[in-house]
Amino acid sequence: MTTRVIEGSQAAAHAVALCKPKVCAMYPITPSTHIPEELSKFVADGKFDTSFIRVESEFAAMSACVGASATGVRAFTATASQGVALMHEVLYAAAGMRLPIVMVVANRALSAPINIWNDHQDTIAERDSGWLQLFCETNQEVVDTIIQAYRIAEDERVLLPVMVNMDGFTLTHTYEKVDIPSQEEVDAFLPEYNPKHAYLDPERPVTQGPFAFPKPYAALRIALNEAVNNSKDVVKEIHDKYAEKFGRRYGNGLIEEYKNDRPISIVAMGSVCGTIKGVVDQRDDVGLLRVRCYRPFPKEEIKKALEGKETVIVFEKNVALGMNSGAMYSEIKDVLYELEKRPKINNVIGGLGGTDVTMQNINNFVDRLKEADGKVELLRGDPNE
Amino acid sequence: MIQVRWHGRGGQGAVTAAEVLAVAASKDGKWCQAFPFFGVERRGAPVMAFTRISDEYIRIRQQVYKPDYVIVLDPTLLEVVNVTDGLNPEGMAIINTTKKPDEIALDTQAEVRTIDATTIALEEIGKPFVNTPMLGAFCGATGHVSVESVVETIKERYPGEIGEKNVKAIMRCYEEVKK
Repeated sequence: MTTRVIEGSQAAAHAVALCKPKVCAMYPITPSTHIPEELSKFVADGKFDTSFIRVESEFAAMSACVGASATGVRAFTATASQGVALMHEVLYAAAGMRLPIVMVVANRALSAPINIWNDHQDTIAERDSGWLQLFCETNQEVVDTIIQAYRIAEDERVLLPVMVNMDGFTLTHTYEKVDIPSQEEVDAFLPEYNPKHAYLDPERPVTQGPFAFPKPYAALRIALNEAVNNSKDVVKEIHDKYAEKFGRRYGNGLIEEYKNDRPISIVAMGSVCGTIKGVVDQRDDVGLLRVRCYRPFPKEEIKKALEGKETVIVFEKNVALGMNSGAMYSEIKDVLYELEKRPKINNVIGGLGGTDVTMQNINNFVDRLKEADGKVELLRGDPNE
Repeated sequence: MIQVRWHGRGGQGAVTAAEVLAVAASKDGKWCQAFPFFGVERRGAPVMAFTRISDEYIRIRQQVYKPDYVIVLDPTLLEVVNVTDGLNPEGMAIINTTKKPDEIALDTQAEVRTIDATTIALEEIGKPFVNTPMLGAFCGATGHVSVESVVETIKERYPGEIGEKNVKAIMRCYEEVKK
């Protein structure tokens, strides 16, 4: 292990190289570009043995990952925003074909208007694709989560693609201390990928992802749904095994509670949770429930963590247009519906298109909403709002 | 925790300086965070970068609105950017200019120090690279980061002759700013 002060994207690239994907199909897009830049540097320096494919679009990047993964090798790509959107069709194919691809998404807003900065609309738009989605708070967590992601994806109980979400700029372009594990440590945790399921091999011809009539299609969608549900325990288990070996823990791998024994609970995802923790440290009425694993959605764990709260405030960086709320607000409400005594619940949508989320913003919305119920607020990005 | 805001023009190395300061602070045993102003960088356009340094782990991710220190790499920025915006009155502005502090009217109660880092860079490095010399000025003026750690970081990053030249410029600014 070495401790280095490096950029989030560089840290992500180090973690990817340590996982030794055989194929990296890369197409640069802000703010994910430094990841392929760094990986191609490793390749040029002879430090990273991979087929580095410079594809012509994100659609091609994901298609190349699907092709590579279908032959039974580890594949990687990284993208953001419009890149995720352009991949949309292939993302569903990757999940449906049960391919354990890992992708880092440097979360960024979607057009129009064009905007290069951070929010979560790009991956929230893919929430029903069958990809597992893990959201990171720090660059250390990005490193640890990428390494865990391959082991989760390739687990025989899962066999699903995984998105590792890191906030564009706020994490990708920020330098901070990161522990980079050694190759030996990673090799001991993440063995070489040895697929036992169906994969393309000229010696043993099979077809993957072909046409299916209604009943087999329904059966496969049901199986996919079951696999995504079942992956929850594996995400948790592999997080625990990683924590045992590397000494770093992110809650229980699904959710992280920070001083969440208080009457008000903020529910949020990603790097803004660091700033929220700063506010939690200054007050005595509010705690944080950080959702690390967004898909599968850890309903039971969230229900337990929010039971008995007076007020829940869901903070999120996406808008479910036409629903007049964020996507996660509805999901948290779904979870709380099962409680006999339900907390008051409110929604704050902020950080859209890279608008800053300040400690002042957080203090203000907690003060405004602690007595409220069912209120939805959209922040405009004034640091004192 | 202290917060430093770097002002430069695209291509002058403000982002690199913010990063080197973070690496050096880490060598001193501190926690650090460095990031650029998240924008669309163009050569010559005004840019900003930030460094946070603390004895404790840094959790917060908001932008820097109230810096304790501002470092200005390019004197022409004083005419186009309010470089002291939000500056802590107990803090300091360190400006690369040929002028004396009382010759530049800055809207701040904070201490202002000036240093002719361009001339020092031209003499020692042979090119007007002022980002590394201004790191020396920051160490000399504030003592928050040791100049030894900055020098070590520069030598690692730029091995050989170019690193040595930068170190000479850093040390001259480090001494000069104290006068």
